Amino acid sequence: MKGELTVVQDQREKTASYKAQKTVGLIFSYILLVILSIVWLYPILWIILNAFRTELNDQGDLIGVVVSNYFPKRVGFDNFKTLFTTTAFPRWFLNTLLVASASCVLSTLFTLSVAYVMSKLEFSWRKTYLRFAMILGLFPGFMSIMAIYYILKAFGLTHSLFALILVNASGAGLGFYVAKGFFDVVPNSLVESARIDGATNAQIFFKIILPLSKPIIIYTALLAFTGPWMDFIFARVILGVENKESLTVAVGLYDMIYGNHADTNVFTTFCAGCTIVSIPIVTLFLSMQKYYIEGVTAGSVK
Amino acid sequence: MERAAKKPFFHRVGAWFARLGKSIAKPFKRFGLRFKNGSIYTKISYLLMGFGNISRGQIGKGLVFFLIQVAFILLMVLCPTINNTPLGYKAYINIVTLGTNEGDAFTHGDNSTLMLLFGVMMIILTFVFIAVYVANTRSSEKTDQIVKKGETIYEYRSDMHLLVEQYSEKLSHLSLNKEEVLAGLVSRTDQLIEENRRLPDFRDKYVENLKNALEKLEKEDASVDVAKKEILKVVDQEAKELIALPAFKDDLHSLLDGQFHMTMMVPAILMIVIFTLLPTTFMICVAFTNYDAAHQGTLFDWTGFATFVQIFNGSGTEISKMFFPVLGWTMIWAFIATFTNYFLGIFLALLINKKGIKAKVLWRTVFIMTIALPQFITLLAVRNILSNRGPINQLLINLGIISSGVEFLGMATSGLTARITVLIINLWIGVPYTMLQTSGILMNIPKDLYEAATIDGANKWQMFRSITFPYIIFVTTPYLISSFVGNITSFNIIYLLTGGGPNNPGYYAGKTDLLVTWLYKLTMDQMEYNTAAVISIMTFIITATITLIFYSKSKAFNEEDSFQ
Repeated sequence: MKGELTVVQDQREKTASYKAQKTVGLIFSYILLVILSIVWLYPILWIILNAFRTELNDQGDLIGVVVSNYFPKRVGFDNFKTLFTTTAFPRWFLNTLLVASASCVLSTLFTLSVAYVMSKLEFSWRKTYLRFAMILGLFPGFMSIMAIYYILKAFGLTHSLFALILVNASGAGLGFYVAKGFFDVVPNSLVESARIDGATNAQIFFKIILPLSKPIIIYTALLAFTGPWMDFIFARVILGVENKESLTVAVGLYDMIYGNHADTNVFTTFCAGCTIVSIPIVTLFLSMQKYYIEGVTAGSVK
Repeated sequence: MERAAKKPFFHRVGAWFARLGKSIAKPFKRFGLRFKNGSIYTKISYLLMGFGNISRGQIGKGLVFFLIQVAFILLMVLCPTINNTPLGYKAYINIVTLGTNEGDAFTHGDNSTLMLLFGVMMIILTFVFIAVYVANTRSSEKTDQIVKKGETIYEYRSDMHLLVEQYSEKLSHLSLNKEEVLAGLVSRTDQLIEENRRLPDFRDKYVENLKNALEKLEKEDASVDVAKKEILKVVDQEAKELIALPAFKDDLHSLLDGQFHMTMMVPAILMIVIFTLLPTTFMICVAFTNYDAAHQGTLFDWTGFATFVQIFNGSGTEISKMFFPVLGWTMIWAFIATFTNYFLGIFLALLINKKGIKAKVLWRTVFIMTIALPQFITLLAVRNILSNRGPINQLLINLGIISSGVEFLGMATSGLTARITVLIINLWIGVPYTMLQTSGILMNIPKDLYEAATIDGANKWQMFRSITFPYIIFVTTPYLISSFVGNITSFNIIYLLTGGGPNNPGYYAGKTDLLVTWLYKLTMDQMEYNTAAVISIMTFIITATITLIFYSKSKAFNEEDSFQ
């Protein structure tokens, strides 16, 4: 019965009209994908083109503003030169690198610790903590931003990168669900047999579980590292905008075009900054995208 | 479980409260019983922390408790001030009054904000102290138990000494061999355990050691006296080990093993308490005060539910009238954003995963560029592309659709234009996420379902409608819910694209402002803290309700039963 039907299907597939229909479908799909790709990449390409745009205005300065023609009439590195000579961009870049690296280490440590404990260890207040973390996690993040500002101010910690690192890492103990999902799948027998061999809980975590957890370590660290590059709300409140030396790239660049004293002629300089910021982040992200996708997919079905 | 579900609703509610009451009362009861049954050392520990440990040689541990108590009392009594605002017991008084001294040109007035903050801080600190205090009584109780066990073991030990005396005589006559001596000692041990109903863990180890001692003696052909001494040494050694109190070193070592969860959790929890719990509690408190722009820099006071009432009946200032319009748009936004992202994401995933499409990874990489790039770059790029001198307007002018530049976003003439534009741009940001998530799911659809459908003669569309789609919906419901909640609190898209605009004349919230962006403006720009706090609480209630209704029904959650 089944065999007969397969034959029928095969015949249908072999007929010319079916083949033609399939080819047309594929061509149509490719056209659609190309159109969508253009839509997706155009704004990114536009930023890069503007970064190299060095047309001059009536006064003979760099034009700097948003213009309507798509392709620059004159290209060069002048915008990058402006960026490095007239703004504190190099300093912002180093600040961000510092904040991102430190937050990444702290956050990853906290996230994995909490996730592992919640997944594999038994103790009296485990469920209480799960409940507490869930409820606290439902409050909108910047509800607390003003209070955080006052806490930091009371202890003289505003305008400091150190405070930003602490605040970035502080949420880690609540965002452990994806990592917990990962540890849940690690077989319990692994932990139990190590216990029988006399290993302490610390040894089990550091010597047995962590070496097995490369995907989740990379996923957690990737998010913790890229987060500070992208965040500008917390950074803006904590660092303020007055002291230009202590900003991160996100705050600095946003302030450059939309701040209180924003210059109108800095759009192309802004684009140059964005291009430089994007290169390390995008390279890192794309080279680690396998782990990112694994994490995201695991999170969606959990 | 099933039977419980059939009981009437009110009965279940009643039972739930009874359980809640019991679980609250339980620690108090245990706390009281611990005092009543505890030794005199434990009783003193209720007053003088660490006494129970120090008095019995556990200096390190006891000292930690004692120093915590001293530090807390000093803090409470001395009330050190930070920025002219005291901590300690005065903070408790201040959180009630929120300051009485207005201050003038010559003297510092009270600072209500810091008083409230420090009050909340002291309350949290007191709770932490109470937890340490209870841990202190428990630690002393544990020492009690070990000492008590030790006393029993000493009774037992003297009993064993007598026994060995008796047997040594028999040993000297050589009328008994090793097995018989052992059997005699063991049966007597068991008898003692039976009488005492204690120390069963002691038995096995003890018997094992006795056996070893006797074997050794037999090999070495030792005299009876040596044999006697050897056996008694075993008994004493066992007793000593069992009653030894854990030294400070052992306590520290347990942080890597038995108490490993404490080592791992405490730093993370500390950060959460300082940077999440404390600020959140502070903001909840602010919702019940009149801390608004008018009270910025002067004293503010508790007003109870006044701000809530104002927002609900729109009776207050212009601000409170905006609540329902903003809430309405937030809901419309979340609903449309979630579903458009969802369907287009699935469509894109199907397109990329279609049979015959080459270079799947390359296509996928193109679309996740919007995830890889910081949103302040991508969204600001789009904002400028759409600006009235930007390339999109130029394109429309060249095509003859419009005659001069049009504003699409924050400066748009109609709120509807801006709303539609942000919803479309949201697709650009959101669709890749759905595409990634559904790609994984699409590859996991059981293949036999399609085979069966092909046999039944179903065409492509029918297969999609009755297999692919229901399967995806089934598997992605949790994602759908979390992305709905995520969209309610989606900040970047609105803030970076329109800044909430177009503005409503005379009102505080713009036409595209969501609850969260409005809340940000209210705190950071307009200093209407109490209204912002109420809006935060409302946002929390909405997101929490949606999440809890869903999760309490989902299987994954019930298995974990982290919320019952």
